[in-house]
Amino acid sequence: MKLVYEKSRPGRRASSLPRPEVPAAEVPEELRRASPPRLPEISEPELVRHFTALADRTFGVDTGFYPLGSCTMKHNPRVNERVVNLPGFRDLHPLQEEDASQGALELMWRLQEILAEIVGLPAVSLQPAAGSQGELTGLLLMRAYFADRGEGDQRREIVIPDTAHGTNPASVTMAGYKLVDVKTDPRGNVDVDDLRGKVGPQTAGLMLTNPSTLGLFDEGIEEITRIFHEAGALMYYDGANLNAICGISRPGDFGFDIVHFNLHKTFSQPHGGGGPGGGPIAVRERLEPYLPVPAVVREGEAFRLDYGRPKTIGKVRGFCGPFGVFVRSYAYIRSYGPALREMSEVAVLNANYLLARLKDTYEAPFDRLCMHEFVLSGRKLKREHGVTTLDVAKRLMDYGFHPPTIYFPLIVPEALMIEPTETEAKETLDAFADAMLTIAREAAGQPELLKEAPHVRPVKRLDEVRAAKQPVVRYRFEQHEDPQGAGEPRQLEAQKGA
Amino acid sequence: MTFLSLTEQDREQMLETIGVDSIDELFEQIPVGVRLGRALELEPALSEPELVAHLNELASRNIDTGREVSFLGAGIYDHYVPAVVDAVLARGEFLTAYTPYQPEMSQGVLQAIFEYQTAICELTGMDVSNASGYDGTTVAADACYLARQATGRSKVVLTESLNPQVRQVVKTYAPGFGLDVVEVPHRDGTTDPDELRAAAGEAACVIFQQPNFFGCLEPAPDLAAAANDAGALPVAHVDPVSLGVLEAPGVYGCALAIGEGQSAGNYQSYGGPHYGFLAARSEFIRRMPGRISGETVDSEGRRGFVLTLQTREQHIRREKATSNITTNQTLLALAGLVHLSWLGPQGLRELGETCLALSRYAKERLSEAGLELVFPEKATFKEFAVRVGRPAKDAISDARAAGIHPGYALGRDYAGLDDALLVAVTEKRTTAEIDSLVEVLAA
Repeated sequence: MKLVYEKSRPGRRASSLPRPEVPAAEVPEELRRASPPRLPEISEPELVRHFTALADRTFGVDTGFYPLGSCTMKHNPRVNERVVNLPGFRDLHPLQEEDASQGALELMWRLQEILAEIVGLPAVSLQPAAGSQGELTGLLLMRAYFADRGEGDQRREIVIPDTAHGTNPASVTMAGYKLVDVKTDPRGNVDVDDLRGKVGPQTAGLMLTNPSTLGLFDEGIEEITRIFHEAGALMYYDGANLNAICGISRPGDFGFDIVHFNLHKTFSQPHGGGGPGGGPIAVRERLEPYLPVPAVVREGEAFRLDYGRPKTIGKVRGFCGPFGVFVRSYAYIRSYGPALREMSEVAVLNANYLLARLKDTYEAPFDRLCMHEFVLSGRKLKREHGVTTLDVAKRLMDYGFHPPTIYFPLIVPEALMIEPTETEAKETLDAFADAMLTIAREAAGQPELLKEAPHVRPVKRLDEVRAAKQPVVRYRFEQHEDPQGAGEPRQLEAQKGA
Repeated sequence: MTFLSLTEQDREQMLETIGVDSIDELFEQIPVGVRLGRALELEPALSEPELVAHLNELASRNIDTGREVSFLGAGIYDHYVPAVVDAVLARGEFLTAYTPYQPEMSQGVLQAIFEYQTAICELTGMDVSNASGYDGTTVAADACYLARQATGRSKVVLTESLNPQVRQVVKTYAPGFGLDVVEVPHRDGTTDPDELRAAAGEAACVIFQQPNFFGCLEPAPDLAAAANDAGALPVAHVDPVSLGVLEAPGVYGCALAIGEGQSAGNYQSYGGPHYGFLAARSEFIRRMPGRISGETVDSEGRRGFVLTLQTREQHIRREKATSNITTNQTLLALAGLVHLSWLGPQGLRELGETCLALSRYAKERLSEAGLELVFPEKATFKEFAVRVGRPAKDAISDARAAGIHPGYALGRDYAGLDDALLVAVTEKRTTAEIDSLVEVLAA
């Protein structure tokens, strides 16, 4: 379909703006814009149709099943959209005085208390903008903590299992630490023997996702904790998979010092086509002095912002963080109350049900029950029929499903990482399982059906190599002939009557 | 209230298929020693009407900009958000999709990102934009990281007239990136190019803001030239709605343009979520942080879009990635695209002209009433600093009693400005409202 720029016609517009009867003010000539930006010139009816057409070509959780592993694509309750749009939240300026933002401050304080209870750690900062930023914030806390203890130069290494999300090693580099990889054992747990040899006085900490990206709870977690604590190192819990254990197990209770939350995963902030997210962190008492400022604190019946943390690492984002995300997640948690445990239970039930239905046809690399997600391997289909996991993923689209995460974690060949979430109905899970089983049969009988898939989407498979080799990352007006002259730079009419 | 779909019968059938007797059995892989063993101590669940009532009560204890005439800015502004933005963002497909890893499922959002990137490039005069960063502070840290990798230099220079929160975030990231942060003081509200040139020697980049935190217009082309003279990458932190009337950073020699996107399409929302934008000249395309949508063709030759240059990114490159960012601010950037499309070039220009004219009116009226502008010689865009003849916080209290928030107390960030207010005038303010502001501040 056409780009909005290709629908542009000179002289059209959607906007109407106030034109107050006051004298014009000029920008000094040397700073004045010489040629206008080629934004679309489009009427409101055309504008609405354009974005409706784009929405029609986008698949969300509202459209159908979206079992993208480690992304927790659960239903996003609409009441959360209603409350986040209350003017008292939506139109509140972040620098409004404290006495005029008590509702916002109380909501953040309450969310901090709730998050602290869920993970069993006392101090929370809501500020980080997403999980990755929570990771970086946690690592900067480690730096500040060890520097304060005179161990900053000594402890330079962060240990990460080979199943970790790519964000973990990337965050380690951005925090100026050195990465140490640790292997996974045959049951899918961290290889404790490998670990022992890699932890010592040089270790600042561990970053662990538990359950891991394999969808398995690490059975050796108590031993892992012992190793790190004996070495005087800190433990960081990547909360990407927290949806599996709310109300069942708490990272703070099993030895972690720092936890980040993904509010857009566990607590249902809509994913928005890529964001926004929210990445609050919770920490043990000894790390609290280093948390970002401001802290949201309660004094009697009032709430205020506290900048008085002399050892703070500073600010990682503007203001107090993504407030609208807090409103939605707070609303989500208050809907469940203590039944958050049931949320996690059903997430795990749904995943195990799908695993049970699929594990005889696709290979499950670990013969165990799973947590909220699981990983299958398409290795057998590739070996026997020459179809890849990518082909399976594309064929799923023809059956109306968003594909799972594929080719991750890296240690499982031809990986399919499936996370159904707790909000799906059994019929949906069955329909997905049936499609996966049908696809396996098609792989044997009609492999070309898979290799040429998808057949029913607006485009067929796209040439990603070409996109990367000859990058076109913005519309090139000059390369598109337009008889109407749309997109040609031209001088705009100056404001009259001002 | 829960959002679950299984019946009791479903649960029983599913447990049977799995081959376990109870849900508890599924959790036996968690060692007994690390199980919670009690219920979470959370307040009881709320029904939907109870939840709405509770949040209404919390919201009612905030004074939003609909309940007070607001001249607050300092980085977040009370601009008008058109109704089409709400309509587009309410589409469940955009709202509930995630990062378009599977392009055939997500052509709509990929095309929207491509159109957004184009709009940002047009505004800033750059060749490439990413799909968004977290906000106007973190994109500054991203720019420093990019500049450090591109130049091999570790010093970064920030102007003191750059938003204090932006500077704080860069300083927070600096130890991890191995950066030395140097600040250049302002001279009467703007930066002196010669002073900047001297500071920029051996620097990876220089970041200045246009219009700057005081609302003043920097001699931006001279600042960019000063940075270039020293071999440092000039980075302009810009307000998107100013770029209908102010020159694009790419035109005056900047290597990167960054900024807070809130002005274009986002509500104030107590500071977020919003989007940060980061755009650069083409030579930096393979050093960009974050998602980028690129044009390509499908197997039948039709145009389509994919996430491209992914070998920069953490899920491929891991510890060698250009950034750790994954979840970004796509929905807010989409709001920006819709707002900018609604405005069009003529609307963007008119918006800028209205801000210029109304703030000129405010400055003149305040001066006539005997108040002193802090930087009277400097041109401004939509915001300016004024002395109120007493502690700014007292002036704020008095004005608020009259239903007006008169602006931001600059003394919170700058020595010697305890009596100064930073006053923002958007297109939503009227001359009558400005007259009331003058009346209350002059009293």
